[in-house]
Amino acid sequence: MATVDLNDVRKVYAGGVEAVKGVSIAIPDKQLCVLVGPSGCGKSTLLRMIAGLETISSGTVAIDGKIVNAVGPTERDIAMVFQNYALYPHMKVYDNMAYGLRNRGTPKAEVDSRVRSTAKVLELSGLLDRRPRELSGGQRQRVAMGRAIVRNPKVFLFDEPLSNLDAKLRGQMRVEIKSLQRRLGVTSVYVTHDQLEAMTLADMLVVMNAGLVEQIGAPLDIYEKPASTFVASFIGAPPMNLLSLSTESSANELERKLLGLAPPGGQAAMLGFRPEDAELVADAEDRSGALMLSATVEAVEPVGAETFLHCSAAGNRIVIRVGGRTAAKPGDKLRITATAEKLHWFDRGGRRLDSTSPSS
Amino acid sequence: MLDEETKLTLRVVFPHKVLPYLLVAPQLAITLVFFYWPAGQALYQSMLRQDPFGLKSKFVWFANFRKVLADPAYLNSIKVTVVFSLATAIVAMAVALLLAVMAEKVVRGKALYRTLMIWPYAVAPAIAGMLWLFLFNPSIGSLSYVLRSLGIAWDPLLNGSHAMILLVSAAAWKQISYNFLFFVAGLQAVPKTLIEAAAIDGARETKRFWTIIFPLLAPTTFFLLVVNTVYALFDTFGIVHAVTGGGPGKTTETLVYKVYNDGFVNLILGDSAAQSVILMVIVIALTAIQFRYVERKVHYG
Repeated sequence: MATVDLNDVRKVYAGGVEAVKGVSIAIPDKQLCVLVGPSGCGKSTLLRMIAGLETISSGTVAIDGKIVNAVGPTERDIAMVFQNYALYPHMKVYDNMAYGLRNRGTPKAEVDSRVRSTAKVLELSGLLDRRPRELSGGQRQRVAMGRAIVRNPKVFLFDEPLSNLDAKLRGQMRVEIKSLQRRLGVTSVYVTHDQLEAMTLADMLVVMNAGLVEQIGAPLDIYEKPASTFVASFIGAPPMNLLSLSTESSANELERKLLGLAPPGGQAAMLGFRPEDAELVADAEDRSGALMLSATVEAVEPVGAETFLHCSAAGNRIVIRVGGRTAAKPGDKLRITATAEKLHWFDRGGRRLDSTSPSS
Repeated sequence: MLDEETKLTLRVVFPHKVLPYLLVAPQLAITLVFFYWPAGQALYQSMLRQDPFGLKSKFVWFANFRKVLADPAYLNSIKVTVVFSLATAIVAMAVALLLAVMAEKVVRGKALYRTLMIWPYAVAPAIAGMLWLFLFNPSIGSLSYVLRSLGIAWDPLLNGSHAMILLVSAAAWKQISYNFLFFVAGLQAVPKTLIEAAAIDGARETKRFWTIIFPLLAPTTFFLLVVNTVYALFDTFGIVHAVTGGGPGKTTETLVYKVYNDGFVNLILGDSAAQSVILMVIVIALTAIQFRYVERKVHYG
């Protein structure tokens, strides 16, 4: 199929606002690349530049090895699923799906067989004669997917396609999109602000912030070794606990605890650990080679299989995950420990301190 | 204190019974005096026949209608009106749509361009007519000079088709601004993502216009078709009067102009009244269509 290569891509709008500040990503063939980040981080702009809907201020976008900066969206041979689906309201589902094929001069019989077989895959066969306004949100989403798939393009682009669906449907469609993408083997770029969607869908995860790439990698690699405090707090729910080592209130107590947990080089300014990497301990003894914290429970959030304890510790707010039910109540005093290998260290600029850091 | 039900329906309760009638009275009075009374008069008049000196009149039931509908001049006038109305509506809409699409593409000075486009709407019909009359006057018109130098024997004073073209141009020109406004609004209401989706689906600009934008403008287009037809039928008296006066011959005598001509120039009051009653029926029918289809436009989405 096709690779997608972005090389130092920038987008500067007429008013001088720089939405994308030099992004380079190489997406291998057949991979599903997810761009994730908070709103305004430039991820949608980047996607629209790949689609050809936005001009590229500088840098190059290449699809299948060919630079497409000067190629319009009509000739790029891509398909896009929009957030609001962008179905043609005056056309039936059948015509919505056939539109792209007809525009490319596909013979009538082939259009028909391709539309019908795609409809079958997406369980839309019974809906081909309906108009978009007669469909539910989930069905519209399927039609939008169908319209993209039926053309068999080089690249699929998804612009937050699930954000208009309710939580349950979103979970279902997420699984469907992933299995469909695997089966069709079409290189895809998927934009979302939902870190759960990003983690579960991606072969290749790109975390963006303020127009720049923070980190690129496999979802679990990023989860385990976030390159910056931004990534650490953006990926994972609840986010990683970050303890500031420089604030007045926490300095003394924390620094005492951290004797023997020397950061692997550089001046550490932040210490982080995942909610599930902390353990409650009964004894008050400090363990060597582990972080020990005294915490006060402020709120308890049971979600069934697990419970999140929101606590204050050493002047910071942290979240601890404990399995199943817990007897802890607000006001309880707890002792928390996390082993050294589960700790993440960051410098004053928020970058990871780690000799094997995968940060770019 | 208001009881529960009154509060829920937000119904206004007046302290006594006369006040509400007093409040509607001015509206009713105006409608009665300026609409029902003249309409009734016309209806009555349409069944009277007067001698040429207006000394006595006779009640003749529907004889005037039979006479009018059998009159070749009236049938010709119907034909002229249909041609004139359709041509005016189509020309006014087509040009307005073209200009609106162009206006979408203007990057600098968009507001100025739009404002200039709206100005002609402020020109009174008779003035617009005079303007076109002068431009195309066979002896002094600057544009007829251009036409003649191109080898076209332009003469709206003698050639009926030329007169019709001139009339349609003047009437359409005045209506373009109004249509332009609606088309600009209609174009802005077409979601941008649909056009982007169509571009990605391989449709080039012209194709996108005819397969996506134009169908989505259908409610606007239908609304304007009714409005323009009504305009061409009833609001163009001033233009006809100023430009051709129904001539040459009767080639540009529309139904409304014929009512005026027969009633106020030729003083055949019965015929003229019968014609205006027929026009009233047409207006009622058009209004019904407008209410039925246009008020609740074709909605997508």
